[in-house]
Amino acid sequence: MRKYLGIAFLLMGIVAIQLVASFTDSVYYLTQLTMAGYYTMAVLGLALLMGYAGQISLGHAGFFAIGGYSSAVLTTYNLLPYRDGLFYRLLEALQLLQKREDLYGDTIVNLHPVVAMVVALLLSALIAYVIGIPVLKLKGHYLAMATLGFGIIVYRVVLGTALFGEADGISDVPPFRFYGDLGISGDMDLRVENYYIAWISVLLIMVLFINLLDSRVGRALRAIHGAEDASRAVGIDTGDYKLKTFVLSAVVAALAGVGLTHFNGGIGPSEASVMKSVRYVAIVAAGGMASLWGTMVMSTFLNFMSLRGYFGSYDDALFGGILILIMLFAPEGILSISFRRAWKRLIPRTERVRDGDTEGR
Amino acid sequence: MGVELFLQYIAAGVTYGIIYAIVAIGFNIIYNTTGIINFAQGEFVMLGSMIAISLHGVMPLLPSIVLASVVTMFIGALIEVLFIRWLKSPTVLRMIIITIGLSILIRELALSIWGEGVRALPYFTGNEVSSVEIGMIRISPQVLWVVGVCLFMVAVLQGFFHFTLLGRKMRACAANPVAARLCGINTKNMVTLSFMLSALIGAVAGCVVSPITYSQYNMGTGLAIKGFTVAILGGLGNSLAALGGGIVLGILESFSVWFMPSAYKDAISIAILLVILFVRPSGLFGSKERMALKEF
Repeated sequence: MRKYLGIAFLLMGIVAIQLVASFTDSVYYLTQLTMAGYYTMAVLGLALLMGYAGQISLGHAGFFAIGGYSSAVLTTYNLLPYRDGLFYRLLEALQLLQKREDLYGDTIVNLHPVVAMVVALLLSALIAYVIGIPVLKLKGHYLAMATLGFGIIVYRVVLGTALFGEADGISDVPPFRFYGDLGISGDMDLRVENYYIAWISVLLIMVLFINLLDSRVGRALRAIHGAEDASRAVGIDTGDYKLKTFVLSAVVAALAGVGLTHFNGGIGPSEASVMKSVRYVAIVAAGGMASLWGTMVMSTFLNFMSLRGYFGSYDDALFGGILILIMLFAPEGILSISFRRAWKRLIPRTERVRDGDTEGR
Repeated sequence: MGVELFLQYIAAGVTYGIIYAIVAIGFNIIYNTTGIINFAQGEFVMLGSMIAISLHGVMPLLPSIVLASVVTMFIGALIEVLFIRWLKSPTVLRMIIITIGLSILIRELALSIWGEGVRALPYFTGNEVSSVEIGMIRISPQVLWVVGVCLFMVAVLQGFFHFTLLGRKMRACAANPVAARLCGINTKNMVTLSFMLSALIGAVAGCVVSPITYSQYNMGTGLAIKGFTVAILGGLGNSLAALGGGIVLGILESFSVWFMPSAYKDAISIAILLVILFVRPSGLFGSKERMALKEF
């Protein structure tokens, strides 16, 4: 039960922030916090891959963009010209289409966001699987370059294809309604609801990951990170675990992309840029590589500050600087050093040893 | 397609390919002495050309290029001393992230100094429209400068590594750092030297190619990934093969605009990189046995 203590604190934190924001009349902060929530989801997926499976991905924004763009294209592409086709009638019969008016008052028919989301997630899983088989055989620089290359290809394709809106991206993405008006949308009146949708998703992903890491899979992943050859020797199918983690983290990133796209009502090529991928890596590094909680805290903080524009034009430079400083002075993350120092100062040596014993349970 | 056009494409491919090769050789020099891939390699090319362009405002072309190259060389040394030298046996992941962070910082610094604008050095001889006729094709004299200067640099580097004591010391570090240290070679200084060398050749290449391709603060990333493709194509660590790999990639890229939109041009070279990484990470010219000794 102790592993859910953190989740309980997270839930309390989520509620507390909302209450404070609502009572101090500063609900507008929730907008950036919602966006930060979606980015945090993507970053958590990367943390699972980098921190636990020990595989760097410099192309994670690519998966975020694959999710966001698939969803955006499918929910904005007008299907009305195909209304006589069999496929259209099938979708209509299954109530998987939604009619709405576009900016000029014309009626357009799109795929329902749920279908779009399912397609987006399946597509990202498929791409991650196909890419992952060869990529994850690589190590070190080769893995970094291969994932970086993948990210750049996604960016170039998005930037160069008319279907994806080229440099303008895709706008006018409809809200993702679950029930009545409630759903993911940029509607000002639904800010609080959207904040909860985003952060409950983050919370659920945390629950999923915590349980995953606490299981056989988690132990296998840690073994792979520690010593890949040794873990293969004791019978862990390292390739399989790495691939599954890669696919999972890609799907989570894609889900985050879907969410943010519906929240913003659009997506642009900058979501696929290399700098976004590097930023995710920077956050995972700052959070302490193998610490989901550290990553979550750093991600919320840094993304929120960045989205509020506190870093101004030094935004990218700041994340570059964070990368260097963390890797030079605290390769285990900011939170880890402060914790360990405080630990040493607070608790005398003998007790630490005894506590170290109990930790091994 | 006429033969002239075909040859014209080849010439364009060779020009770009040689620049990629220089970046690849920069990767190789650092990789050989440290086992690190310096992701900020493309930034040296950018810095060299941008500094030269700024200096050209106050002095003639040749001194500004020489000075810019020397300055970039010392920036390379500074980077090594500040960020690499004092780390005790860093992991590959850590080094990757540090050099990526460096490339971002350099790029952002360049953005704040020079802005987003596209700049260029003037043509060394003639101007944009002057051309030289060689056989059936007409090429800009600047292309000859690029090819000539870069080939000259490769030749000098080969000479340096094979026939001078310092070059041999550096190769000793590449082959076996511990043994080299036992022989009294200061391996740390050799690493600094390798950063200086690769910054220097990057800067020179950036200067000679600037009139043709123009320079911008963010040109480094693309060059780095293509240079890496070339380094892999030729087999990491093998500089002469990188030259061949560069020319192959340059030509492939220049022909790629035929069968797909030029917006995807960059994607082509990266797709090639991925295919080679997946199929034959030892490179087209590299030997499998030798690469088996290296860390992938």
